[in-house]
Amino acid sequence: MTNIEIDGKQVSVPTGGTVMDGATQLGIYIPYFCYHKKLSIAANCRMCLVQVEKAPKPLPACSTPAVEGMKVSTHSAMAVASQKGQMEFLLINHPLDCPICDQGGECQLQDLAVGYGASASRYTEPKRVVVNKNLGPLISTDMTRCILCTRCVRFGQEIAGVMELGVAGRGEHAEILTFVDSTVDSELSGNMIDLCPVGALVSKPFRYSARIWELSRRKSVSPHCGLGSNLVVQIKLNRVMRVLPRENEEINECWLSDKDRFSYEGLNSEERLTTPMIKRDGQWQECDWHTALEFVANGLKTAQEQHGAQSIGALASPHSTLEELYLLQKLIRGLGSGNVDHRLRQSDFRADSHLQGSPWLGMKIAEISQLKSALVIGSTLRKDHPLIAQRLRQAVKQGAHLNLINPVSDDLLTKVTNQVVVAPAAMAAMLAQVLKAAAELKATEIPATLKDTVSSISVTDTARAIAASLIDNKPAAIFLGNLAQHHPQYADIHMLAQHIAQIAETSFGVLGEAANSVGAYLAGAVPGPGAVGISGSSQVGANGSNASQMLGMSAIPIAEPCRAFVLMNLEPEFDSYNPQQAMKTLAAAELVVMMSAYKKHVASVDYADVLLPIAPFTETSGTFINTEGRVQSFNGVVAPLGDARPAWKILRVLGNLLQLDGFDYETPEQVRAEIFLAGSDVSTQLSNRLGSFAVGEIGQVSEGLQRIGEVPIYQADPIVRRAESLQRTHDAMAPLASMPGALLDRLGVQAGDMIKVKQGDGEALLPAARDDKLPANCVRVASAHPLTATLGAMFGEIMVERL
Amino acid sequence: MLSAESLKKIDHEVTKYPADQKQSAVMSALAIAQDEKGWLANETMDFVAHYLGMPAIAVYEVATFYNMYNLQPVGRYKFTVCTNLPCALSGGNDAAAHLKQKLGIGFNQTTTDGKFTLKEGECMGACGDAPVLLVNNKRMCSFMSCEKIDQLLEELSK
Ligand code: SF4
Ligand code: FES
Ligand code: FES
Repeated sequence: MTNIEIDGKQVSVPTGGTVMDGATQLGIYIPYFCYHKKLSIAANCRMCLVQVEKAPKPLPACSTPAVEGMKVSTHSAMAVASQKGQMEFLLINHPLDCPICDQGGECQLQDLAVGYGASASRYTEPKRVVVNKNLGPLISTDMTRCILCTRCVRFGQEIAGVMELGVAGRGEHAEILTFVDSTVDSELSGNMIDLCPVGALVSKPFRYSARIWELSRRKSVSPHCGLGSNLVVQIKLNRVMRVLPRENEEINECWLSDKDRFSYEGLNSEERLTTPMIKRDGQWQECDWHTALEFVANGLKTAQEQHGAQSIGALASPHSTLEELYLLQKLIRGLGSGNVDHRLRQSDFRADSHLQGSPWLGMKIAEISQLKSALVIGSTLRKDHPLIAQRLRQAVKQGAHLNLINPVSDDLLTKVTNQVVVAPAAMAAMLAQVLKAAAELKATEIPATLKDTVSSISVTDTARAIAASLIDNKPAAIFLGNLAQHHPQYADIHMLAQHIAQIAETSFGVLGEAANSVGAYLAGAVPGPGAVGISGSSQVGANGSNASQMLGMSAIPIAEPCRAFVLMNLEPEFDSYNPQQAMKTLAAAELVVMMSAYKKHVASVDYADVLLPIAPFTETSGTFINTEGRVQSFNGVVAPLGDARPAWKILRVLGNLLQLDGFDYETPEQVRAEIFLAGSDVSTQLSNRLGSFAVGEIGQVSEGLQRIGEVPIYQADPIVRRAESLQRTHDAMAPLASMPGALLDRLGVQAGDMIKVKQGDGEALLPAARDDKLPANCVRVASAHPLTATLGAMFGEIMVERL
Repeated sequence: MLSAESLKKIDHEVTKYPADQKQSAVMSALAIAQDEKGWLANETMDFVAHYLGMPAIAVYEVATFYNMYNLQPVGRYKFTVCTNLPCALSGGNDAAAHLKQKLGIGFNQTTTDGKFTLKEGECMGACGDAPVLLVNNKRMCSFMSCEKIDQLLEELSK
């Protein structure tokens, strides 16, 4: 600790701290532009000049280290004169075009000019003009306004992990640009807009659509990945105009991923469904709510009477709220069926009966920053969980080891200590190696149930290095990513990872794919007699079919195929593990009720019989439980569009129409209260342990080509799929069929050629691409995309043919 | 992209810095690349970036910061005349004017035969020798009166 005095007040600053830190502690305001608490110190704007006793000239507070006994004045005549002088310099080349600048009203330069600027400029010479740059579909530029604080450049280097912007030239010719007019493609790029203290970088989708002071600000929570980023949603005339981060150091810090920030465009999409619709004689007709709900209630009753309750199934997206998921399962269970699930992209459910709680991160999100070693299994983390990847990136900078086991090796923009790229089918065997290595290093016994599986496996050096990294560096953690959870051997992977974690004494977590992946379990949106958690613990999977069985994707047949489906907040052609099979099953069903915020081109929704317009997260109140088990409730920020209604209300009315007990809720709070009745402590309901699950055969590699079908970042849920600007980014590029060079040669095609990709009886025409880092005999074809929705399983066999 | 010889030189520069800080060699690497190619095309900078494992834009920052790096093709001989104040007070501008007149070109231009390029430079730390000019970044010429400029042009025209 260093004791200094600022404006006559004493303060102790942690060793290595600066004058700015001391001022912040004391609540003394020093004007600044280039300083940012999360970025390195550049000290190039000089706005923070202060007077320091015995120093002959003013010093920048942001970069002046606190020295014992230092006496600082932030408001002395000299300090103020320096600050004013600096403001005059900054304004010399600034265009002063606030009236037509989107930043006007929330501009640091504008604000500080009021306090420190002169009322008129003394500068009469020509001002410099800087050409605007095209940085892509998300960031709009007005480079003449730039004050060269380099926050955007430092953000790229330090937080996003990729330096896309830089300062070219020198002195008066210095300007911010990318190398040879490339775009800014980072999945965190929107944060540069927040960081830019002037109007040089502004939001392209929001541009010129409102003035800041016309917007009201409402709190909300992101419905996308499992992080549960806190949002400020800004609205004008009942329309969401913009989304900004709401700072929460424990979750998203002061950042947002571009998905969280720009997906709001999907809320105002042309494709929103605004009236209930029924298909009669093959024709879609609009109708009123009463007719639609009667239709649904009758349909469900008929199915129940004719084929028994078990012929009814419900599938919901884990992006739905806790209340919606709870009422949906209550309705289905009320009808006497146990068929309800939210895990549409999961394919291996063998572990279900061994689950002891809802899978979760296994630790606090904030603790990720403290990790010294991590093993991430099956995830291109940057795209699946951009801000968790960001936390790990910071941890790696502090010396943490990052170890990866994944079938693809996209750059995570951080240093990777050990990386194994193996075919999906070889992932479990790879984990067995790490397990064996860990047991050897720790000189412990491998659990008896695994001994046979592991004994014949020989350990590679990389596996040993991964095990050592986890054992020697604490705290350490093992995470299962989205790809691992979709994997056809998820249960084996889960169990092996759990054992590694046990032996290596690390924490163990499942990265929640969706905003409510944890909540969906706790709400009971899993097959069986009830919820895993709060409303009475019970066995998952008993007396009910899982998503895979309901949609006919599972090898394990079910006694009674589902004939009536309720689909909530999802589009099975994109959101299921095997869209081809899902579509077949749904097409054959007698009744498909689609609760959706979107109509597709109505004609193409040929599997649905009735469309019920539901309100997305901005139009309903609800709760998400994020991947660390944090319960976050939010209110609707705008009124539902057209005749759309919050899904919880629709389900309540349906419950009443079906004369089920306990559907007399008046507020979502009542639903919430019921969910948390059995005990509000969510943490006791979280568990990643699979009791006694026996790992199956691992390591058999099949002959044919295998698909690696990841979900692209901007295809993950219905809202983001309709966010236009995001759909124009590099990350939303149309899918390719990537394969190693050897495979291309074998097929006799060149990268760029169109090829035919086949699975089951569906096919897609895609450009071939070469990726020599892919494992042999693997073809990477993204799932969840209109161009690949005709294909089958995300990880099944696949065929490729030249045209 | 660069000759084996240039790469060897760059590799030698890289050895002067810690293994994880290869990018410290960027300035020498660019100079070596320029010596070989005459100027730094975008592809050349991109190549250097890859070679040193650094972002292309970071190489571009360096290349645009120092005006000894040629971002456009230049003639066989590039004259950089200092016109900063001390030189200006001692005939720097006259030297520049004389060169312009002799070569028939202005600053940032190249003679049609591709032989000479004229550039305006900043203080070279040799104010006492003013007027000064640099030939191809490497040869410093002091006290450049009109006669000495004529001599130099004659020498280089051979
Ligand atoms: S664009 Fe904005 S953030 Fe970037 S240097 Fe200029 S003023 Fe700073
Ligand atoms: S804030 Fe200190 S110099 Fe910019
Ligand atoms: S001013 Fe020309 S060398 Fe210094």
